[in-house]
Amino acid sequence: MALTDRQADVAEMELSGGEIVIQALVDEGVEYVFGYPGGAVLHIYDALFKNGSLKHILVRHEQAAAHAADGYARATGKCGVCLVTSGPGATNAVTGIATAFMDSIPMVVLTGQVPTPLIGSDAFQEVDTVGITRPCVKHNFLVKDVRDLAVTIRKAFFIATTGRPGPVVIDIPKDVTDPNIKIPYVYPREIKMRSYNPVEKGHLGQIKKAVDLMVSAKRPVFYTGGGVVLGEGSAQLTELIDATGFPITSTLMGLGAFPMTDRRFLGMLGMHGTYEANMAMHETDVLIAVGARFDDRVTGKLEQFCPHAQIIHIDVDPSSIAKNVKVDVPIVGQVASVLDDMLRLYRERMPKPDATQVADWWAKIAEWRARDSLSYDGSGPSIKPQFAVETLYKVTNGELYLTSDVGQHQMFAAQFYPFDKPRRWINSGGLGTMGYGLPAAMGAQLAYPDAQVACITGDASILMCIQELATCQQYQLPIKVVLLNNGYMGMVRQWQELFYESRYSHSYVDALPDFVKLSESFGHVGMRIERPQDLEDAMREAFAMKDRFVFMDVIVDPTENVYPMIIAGKGHHEMQLSPGHSDRELA
Amino acid sequence: MRHIIAVLLENEAGALSRVAGLFSARGYNIESLTVAPTDDPTLSRMTLVAIGNDAIVEQIKKQLNKLIDTVKLLDLSEAPHIEREMMMIKVRAERQDREELKRLADIFRAKIIDVTDTSYVIELTGASKKLDAFLDAVPEGLIIEVVRSGPTGITRGEKGLSL
Repeated sequence: MALTDRQADVAEMELSGGEIVIQALVDEGVEYVFGYPGGAVLHIYDALFKNGSLKHILVRHEQAAAHAADGYARATGKCGVCLVTSGPGATNAVTGIATAFMDSIPMVVLTGQVPTPLIGSDAFQEVDTVGITRPCVKHNFLVKDVRDLAVTIRKAFFIATTGRPGPVVIDIPKDVTDPNIKIPYVYPREIKMRSYNPVEKGHLGQIKKAVDLMVSAKRPVFYTGGGVVLGEGSAQLTELIDATGFPITSTLMGLGAFPMTDRRFLGMLGMHGTYEANMAMHETDVLIAVGARFDDRVTGKLEQFCPHAQIIHIDVDPSSIAKNVKVDVPIVGQVASVLDDMLRLYRERMPKPDATQVADWWAKIAEWRARDSLSYDGSGPSIKPQFAVETLYKVTNGELYLTSDVGQHQMFAAQFYPFDKPRRWINSGGLGTMGYGLPAAMGAQLAYPDAQVACITGDASILMCIQELATCQQYQLPIKVVLLNNGYMGMVRQWQELFYESRYSHSYVDALPDFVKLSESFGHVGMRIERPQDLEDAMREAFAMKDRFVFMDVIVDPTENVYPMIIAGKGHHEMQLSPGHSDRELA
Repeated sequence: MRHIIAVLLENEAGALSRVAGLFSARGYNIESLTVAPTDDPTLSRMTLVAIGNDAIVEQIKKQLNKLIDTVKLLDLSEAPHIEREMMMIKVRAERQDREELKRLADIFRAKIIDVTDTSYVIELTGASKKLDAFLDAVPEGLIIEVVRSGPTGITRGEKGLSL
């Protein structure tokens, strides 16, 4: 036989189902598994114990396992992996799975299940995991035969990481991992699925049409999203902006794919985007959408969306195209590959950038920009949340891996912490999951032990996964938490102020803990910062503690709102600036 | 507009619920759905009838294609095709109605497949509209029970929806 020794060894390896799970993850190159043991996964945990080469991170709640795997995936671009037990283990993970699904994050979730003979009998800790997760996964599997285990795991990684990425759940009944049933193990290197063939290259004819529109555009703008980050298209995007000289705006999920400190970047667009970005959207004649999905928070009122524009849309997922907005030139393909082709064809048509093409357009943009829509009133004795984020930027030189929870602090971070690199801004955009930030920071910090990782959060969000302070202690993760503490669910309070005549129904977070003592009780450093003049020094002190987890409880102005804002049902050109602005109503 | 969409699916447990879940989750209107294994035991063929404007139907087709279990999809309404639905109808058949119903069945080329002293079961196959017409033609008050398979369809000509 022509088998090499090594192949022969592999072919002769006999493993149990539990061992196959662990060996498959090792063969897949998995670095970390985030998990929580329980009855249905005990065989797998026993195999994990004996194997020793796979690092397992014990979280304190299964939701955090999913978020941590997701944070790891967003920071690295690799597939996140988590392992939870049946029943409540799986249902707890669902929020994290849905979070990853909405933002197209590659993740493989292994869930234990009751033994196959008990399925359907309402057994202890039984839940129809495949049924519950079906609407929030890219795909899921129930493995009923140990002989299908290895190939199913390979398929799951293949599906999760290719095309438009997403979470894949593998539900594994306990008897399938029985240590007494051993079978020959071979991990399949290549996998082919007749029903799943993600597109790689875009159609050249379509790209040529797009370039035709671009070279004759008078008021073009790039609108880019999370797809550029996921599809590793940052370098190509930057080159294309250099080649065209066009302005660019980004969604919340795409921030950092193009350097936000670059003058050609107009800021984020959408509900809390900048005036110049949204006005550019309203006035543009050629919109080039790249890896963005025309979400309702971005488009505002659909009837008034980009009324003058021909729209080019590049996306790897055909179902994203023309879902909400009619598109003139659809291009299905991987962002990086399509942008490569677009760049080449554009340069053939325009060997040198023609500054006169868009000079008038830039002049118009400069006028909008001069309104300084992000300005805020920084006077007064209390710390403004915007100032806190600006100080964070200054202290960390913009180099953070910054995770976020959901609410006002998330928007302030997006507005005031300009990221110059992709994968640095890690937040739950689609699902908007409070509690995401801290566990996601654990994933990012484990991925990059030497990098500065911080979590910006609010007093309501942080309490949703606060138990992870224990995980951070166990693994000595030197994360820095920046809590913008306003004593409210700030975004809820803002909407109640604006749309419910200030009836603050249950948005006040009464009986907050002493976060300093709370952090200390978990073995961390806690700091409380109340005055603007103390903020920078305190942050410098916190970030100087390179090997410690530091919790900064920053007391901010409880009445501050996020501006500018497009009220729901309005168009891009009907933004409202902050009350301090002289020309507040722009409608 | 009404579209008949044929889908070849991996014959896996749960494939049907993925399709049904997709329609309910996205709020699409589905008029009927039939599914059965094909000559290739690893494949199921599903026929579904959906109603919506062009943009919605386009989106339905994209979402169906996106399902990992979907191997191939064809919108039969886009080309010449044949549509067939099977119906069994149980009617009260007494005295002069027995002759009338027999004549009606003959006109529609239906078959009477069960007879008792007081009832018939009539089987009828055809396009859905023909089935509707038959139901309209049955004198009022005689229908006891109606069961319809939902439409299935196939394209005309030598090209087929296969791997």
